[in-house]
Amino acid sequence: MAQNFVLGHTFSHGVHPPEHKKGTRTEPIERLGFAPTLVVPLAQHIGAPAKAVVAKKQEVARGELIAEAGGFVSVPMHAPAAGTVTKIDLALIASGSMAPAVYIKVDPEASQEALEGEPFDIEAAAPGDLVGAVQQAGLVGLGGAAFPTHVKMTVPEGKTIDTVLANGCECEPYLTCDHRLMLEQKDELFAGLAIALKATGADRAIIGIEDNKQDALALLRDSVPHGLPIFVAPVKTKYPQGAEKMLIKALLNREVPSGGLPMDVNVACFNVSTLAQMAALLPKRQGLIERVVTVTGPGVRKPGNYLIPLGTPLQFILDHVGLTDDARQVILGGPMMGPSVSSLDVPTTKGVSGILALTQKELDDRPKQVYPCIKCGSCVEACPLYLNPSLLGALARKEEYEAMEQGYHLNDCFECASCTYVCPSNIPLVQYFRIAKSMNRERKAAKRK
Amino acid sequence: MAVLGIGLSSILALANKKLHIFEDPRIEQVDDLLPHANCGACGFPGCRAFAEELVAGDVTPGACPVSSSECVATIAGLLGIEAGAREKRVARLACAGGKNVTRMRANYAGLSTCRGASLVAGGGKGCPWGCLGLDDCMAACPFDAITMDENELPVVDEDKCTACGACVLACPKHLFSLHDVNHRLWVACMNNERGAAAKKQCEAACIGCGLCAKDAAEGLIEITGNLAQIDFGRIEAANMDAIQRCPTGAIVWLDKEQGPIIGAKAVEARQKAAAKAAEEAAAAAAAKQETA
Repeated sequence: MAQNFVLGHTFSHGVHPPEHKKGTRTEPIERLGFAPTLVVPLAQHIGAPAKAVVAKKQEVARGELIAEAGGFVSVPMHAPAAGTVTKIDLALIASGSMAPAVYIKVDPEASQEALEGEPFDIEAAAPGDLVGAVQQAGLVGLGGAAFPTHVKMTVPEGKTIDTVLANGCECEPYLTCDHRLMLEQKDELFAGLAIALKATGADRAIIGIEDNKQDALALLRDSVPHGLPIFVAPVKTKYPQGAEKMLIKALLNREVPSGGLPMDVNVACFNVSTLAQMAALLPKRQGLIERVVTVTGPGVRKPGNYLIPLGTPLQFILDHVGLTDDARQVILGGPMMGPSVSSLDVPTTKGVSGILALTQKELDDRPKQVYPCIKCGSCVEACPLYLNPSLLGALARKEEYEAMEQGYHLNDCFECASCTYVCPSNIPLVQYFRIAKSMNRERKAAKRK
Repeated sequence: MAVLGIGLSSILALANKKLHIFEDPRIEQVDDLLPHANCGACGFPGCRAFAEELVAGDVTPGACPVSSSECVATIAGLLGIEAGAREKRVARLACAGGKNVTRMRANYAGLSTCRGASLVAGGGKGCPWGCLGLDDCMAACPFDAITMDENELPVVDEDKCTACGACVLACPKHLFSLHDVNHRLWVACMNNERGAAAKKQCEAACIGCGLCAKDAAEGLIEITGNLAQIDFGRIEAANMDAIQRCPTGAIVWLDKEQGPIIGAKAVEARQKAAAKAAEEAAAAAAAKQETA
């Protein structure tokens, strides 16, 4: 056991925000009931939106296919509950825009047994079949990015994968869903890793876990199945350790090149929840219909880790856990990167790992006045990608957005917000970078016209 | 030292002769006459590039919307070409949802720019398509043609607007588009929601009822995606009849002097809504007093 407590591997730079995980880390995963109506947006993942294959008034079983993948970088959707499709219409999604969604009125009488397909023999399947089955299951990165998993598992010609990483860092404050999952579903996690190893042809798998989760580290280390090249490695508790590029740097000391993918350094990286779901869904060819979400924050009366059907409106979840009277802001995901929502009608989607409610107190504690940059260099020391946020911020204020992209690697920034977190002048650096990226996208689109 | 000086200067003199690039002197003259706003409205990257195209004879000076007619005539005279047709175009905003008519769904407290707000859950405005009113277009306009009215909605000054398109790019909700100044009939809404849902978001939303299409010349207005859309190819047939029965005031007549005019039905509806709001406010105040 002693080796668990040595200082873990890590990357340089990064920040140490307060963890706030005590409230939910010991709460077992609890199943949440069905909301009266579920709203399943067709674009819950990065890539092309899914195409609906159900019609209005059609009855669907739980787990039935309701939308098929709209391309290679796309995944299908499955009905999160048995009921009737009431309409296929626009719905407000977390980004604040309206997007097509399938509305399902849950039938309280119907059997909510998840539909099972033909058995799928994982042992006998070829790697290509495994990748296809992963797409059919509608799996995306459940850590938050919602990138279609099968795309990461597809190894293009000329590339090889030697290591599969399971990401169990969960470096965002407040979130504990991956922690609970590692404690409660270790067998699925290992089985998922076995599938990923087979599909990618990698020689070994490493589960990276931040050293603030010693119980999960010890449990997984003691129960690695015999004959599988799976290693469990502690990494230092530091934000953003859970970012793909940072985890690869910490465990393998490899750097993903600018604009590149983990595949370029022979690595495939999956979130532990994604792997566990993979193992649970594939043997019976089922689809992803629910996920574990940490519902927490000072504004929540009954914080915990809940197994929530996809498409459940936030209002239903927050009614269940109870909001305090002074709850003011709801964030999807963790407080560092998670976006705020502007309405509680927004449904839970595949990429939602947490629902965080903050109160008036946190809003009041937030610095309001923005001061000029004093060139202290804190942000430069915090940036895990060795960018210069201070300089980028100065360029953003002058609206030199193209220079930011061409000369200063703006597009390598994955918006971890470490720079904004440490800035003593309260400069909203990440906000500037997001504006810059958005403007560059629009300029390029305008030029193409 | 003197030898070195003479040697180097003769190299420079030679280089000047040898490497000289001939440039039409008229480019400089034309460039001097152009407004140097470098706005790009002519379709070229800056005034200098436009001047080069003019001298090359590829365009007519009328393509510059910023220059005055006299200036255009001078350039045309200088180059001995025609001034070219000048179609006055202006930027038009497809939203009438000022804070007086649109509900808010959240309170946005971040960076005070439209693009910043739109990146955080689309901003706080109740209508996901609507104007956020945080002045990005006003800041982007190089001609000070955009001002914000009392309801935090941008107003375009038709005289100052040169249709350079800076606001079109700046607006994160893509509410601006460039139109011929004589297009007076205008749908000031982008909301694709169904009637009741759209009305819930904004009192001035187009509910797709189709009354305007019935009252207008055939084929002029069509309802697509719960939204009235004008076929600008048939704009000649437009008149003020189309706006009269609109229940929300989403379709307007853009009068040069008076600004957007809404129909009689919409005026009535707005007055009713205002009276109701005043009544509710009074009732709430009375209830508050009672509890106190």
